[in-house]
Amino acid sequence: MNNILVCIKQVPDTSDVKINPETNTLIREGVKSIINPFDMYAIEEAIRLKEKFGVKAVALTMGPPQAEAALKEAISMGIDEAYLVSDRAFAGSDTLATSYTIAKAIKKIGEFSVIFCGKQASDGDTAQVGPGISTHLDIPQVTNVKKIEEINTTTARVERMTEEGFEILEIPLPCLFTVVKEINEPRLPSLKGIMRSKNAKIQLLNAAKLDIEEDRLGLKGSPTLVSKIFSPQRRKSGEIFTCAAEEAVEKLVNALKNYIH
Amino acid sequence: MMDYQLNEQQIMIRDLCRQIAQEKIAPLAAEYDKTEEFPWPIVKALAQADIFGVSIPEEYGGLGGGVLETCIATEELSKACGGITLCFAASYLGLDPILLFGNEEQKKKYLPDLAAGKKLAAFAITEPAAGSDASGIQTTAKKKGEHYVLNGTKHFITNGGEADTYVVIAMSDKTKGARGATAFILEKGMKGFTFGKKEDKLGIRASSTRELIFTDCECPKENILSKEGMGFIITMKTFDVSRPGVASQALGIAAGALEAATKYSRERIQFGKPISSFQGIQWMLADMATEVEAARALIYATARMIDAGVKSVSKESAMAKLFASDTAMKVTTDAVQIFGGYGYMKEYPAEKRMRDAKITQIYEGTNQIQRNIIALQLIKEMAK
Repeated sequence: MNNILVCIKQVPDTSDVKINPETNTLIREGVKSIINPFDMYAIEEAIRLKEKFGVKAVALTMGPPQAEAALKEAISMGIDEAYLVSDRAFAGSDTLATSYTIAKAIKKIGEFSVIFCGKQASDGDTAQVGPGISTHLDIPQVTNVKKIEEINTTTARVERMTEEGFEILEIPLPCLFTVVKEINEPRLPSLKGIMRSKNAKIQLLNAAKLDIEEDRLGLKGSPTLVSKIFSPQRRKSGEIFTCAAEEAVEKLVNALKNYIH
Repeated sequence: MMDYQLNEQQIMIRDLCRQIAQEKIAPLAAEYDKTEEFPWPIVKALAQADIFGVSIPEEYGGLGGGVLETCIATEELSKACGGITLCFAASYLGLDPILLFGNEEQKKKYLPDLAAGKKLAAFAITEPAAGSDASGIQTTAKKKGEHYVLNGTKHFITNGGEADTYVVIAMSDKTKGARGATAFILEKGMKGFTFGKKEDKLGIRASSTRELIFTDCECPKENILSKEGMGFIITMKTFDVSRPGVASQALGIAAGALEAATKYSRERIQFGKPISSFQGIQWMLADMATEVEAARALIYATARMIDAGVKSVSKESAMAKLFASDTAMKVTTDAVQIFGGYGYMKEYPAEKRMRDAKITQIYEGTNQIQRNIIALQLIKEMAK
């Protein structure tokens, strides 16, 4: 069994993100940064596999220098090593450029049997980077994993959430999983972990250290064009008819008629 | 909260325990209070976070803190539930005598698992006929070859049945009175060691309070702490360092009640304005806050005194326990008053804190006994 990798993202800690209407970008000032909540489940699952197989659990994030804090938090939970993929050249990356860059960084770090990602990030909500990484690495993937039923050094059997229920899939290793929150309950940091994280050296991977094509980085390598970002209008809550059934049905039918017209 | 000049590690313990209290304990406090189940999932979470090791030396797998570290952890956890916290605090009461009086072999054998939270500890002195008067202990330990044979019953034992490691005080020589008491380390599963009735309590219901029954229980002689006849001294020295812990439990319960009452007073509207705008409520909150802070200051100062190695700490330790527990009873009662009718209802957590607070005035020496200890020391000092 090779080591386990978990890819995480630092995101603003708020469900009510403010957007600058002129630039269509998030207003990050004054907002605390946290690890993307879905990535916490990915970290927990990586630590569990590490404990099961006696290998190392490695974390990686791509972002500005302050994303180091997210990696330190992951170490305080039990991650052994951490890499920060950071360079001005990466700024403005869309999901294509991001997954390309991360895939190149992973190749640089080494071989991993399993790569975990959260199913999506709470800021962008695209759910594309995980699948993108596996495509660039040319390894199989299962998204929305809610349970690892069985795993050995060559294959894994997992349950994948779907809208209707779940599927059971068998997949050869190495592979990539994106996980949903049903998979586990992330642990809190430990005191010894926090102490270790304070002294931990986060390894920096910049563009110069990676074997990459410059055209595929940052804004230049990002075909995605954001035309507009906005907060959706709050939907009105439904109407409840509490009167007698017959009368309620009549009211409901009328309401539906009015809605159609 | 006042600035107590905590060091980096103490702040780390405080913050992590606060996070555990809010995220893991608070959501389950009412449920455990109702069902009286032992909170094993929380024991596991505390163990994973290394909390059980805060005050155990590093060579036995702990973090090397002292009494202050135990107090900080106990206070923070108790803000969410004074009952659940006892799985931690009572384990320290059980392991303190091993820390203080254990030989190297005993420490190596028992402390690492307790520091890791793999096992819990408990301390057993109380019996039906021996509460404050420890000389009334009926449990006997008779020497038989390489063993001591224990017979008798301990009751009201916190962590009873759930803990693996027990420090038990038994009479090895009844003719010597208090000097005939000996402390033994017993393990769950030893032949002749069983558990009896589990108590149905007013408060701290998430904590297990149970009988220990010894029927010709054979304890190897190497499990004696210190030496024969030291049982009573071990108990007194253990209480000297554990009472600030009980005080911290009381402090946490009181601080939790104060915070909840202050928050509620800003939300509750009567006569067209929040009740926090009425002087009657403001003065209650002001008194509560002052007493809570005074209790904290007394506990931290006492803990620091013990950690600095001061030998005679019985008086200060008793003062901390006495003041903090009386404060907890008063503050939680006032919190119920501020919550009004809602405070009296089980649907809201105010009444639970009042029920949880009461025990802190009773166990590890009633507050009347604490006053005896304080007065005795006071008079002794004057007579010098």
